[in-house]
Amino acid sequence: MRAAVIVFPGSNCDRDLAVALERAGASVQMVWHKDTALPAGLDFVGVPGGFSFGDYLRCGAIAAQSPICRSVVEFAGKGGYVFGVCNGFQILTETGLLPGALLRNAGLKYICRTVPLTVQTTDSAFTSGYHKGQSIDIPIAHHDGNYNADPDTLARLLGDDRVAFTYGDNPNGSTADIAGVLSENRRVLGMMPHPERADDERHGGTDGTALFRALSDALVAA
Amino acid sequence: MKARVFVMLKTGVLDPQGEAVRHALDSLGFEGIEGVRQGKVIELDLSETDRARAEANVTEMCEKLLANTVIESYRVEIA
Repeated sequence: MRAAVIVFPGSNCDRDLAVALERAGASVQMVWHKDTALPAGLDFVGVPGGFSFGDYLRCGAIAAQSPICRSVVEFAGKGGYVFGVCNGFQILTETGLLPGALLRNAGLKYICRTVPLTVQTTDSAFTSGYHKGQSIDIPIAHHDGNYNADPDTLARLLGDDRVAFTYGDNPNGSTADIAGVLSENRRVLGMMPHPERADDERHGGTDGTALFRALSDALVAA
Repeated sequence: MKARVFVMLKTGVLDPQGEAVRHALDSLGFEGIEGVRQGKVIELDLSETDRARAEANVTEMCEKLLANTVIESYRVEIA
């Protein structure tokens, strides 16, 4: 699997994401936000967590307009696999690749702790390593993770089995406990929790590993 | 020419910050506040001198960047 991880000013999970991908067998290139093109022959693009552009205006709004994001949107449009974690999820909603938006946490507090998630679908390259209904423990670290979708969008997401993960105990007020959603073609996933922070016993858990392994297996086979 | 853009969360989208402000006002003893919504104001200095063109231009800025129309509404004021 040939992967790229985008680096914005203020990204802080870019290396963690790269390490998790490498451990799953990917070769990873870091790509700066001012680059206008992605490396040729990519299978996968990771949009990492952090505070791109200081969260100015809205989380992810400025990053979504950066030169490289136009290429990421194009890459996804051609059927490329894209994964946005935390701020990466916010960026993907701002580009329109994923529906909905992330608002300030309902409790107004920044939350940094490990939370239980429920795997809602195994029908994607990201989630095929879990079983449906499985509970996994993954860290969250965000201030603006309150997923908002209007009733029509929510009905579409549920009807098309596009909710990848839900929170076991909703920490941030997200609509329908949603922690992560898939695109219509199931090749773009955005999620607020950080699976790359649960990929080593020394992290305190390894429930994120299956995501990166499944992805790597699917893209090697592809 | 100056433009002012008012960005607010759409009606129906919960505004936790506005709610927190309402609670704080309540605890200060202000009565009769039925709701608080918090938004933002963005001021732009424009070289454009034609009012209609300025308004069209700022509207495009709102659609592309200044507001996220999934959750926010906006209003443009040209002064």
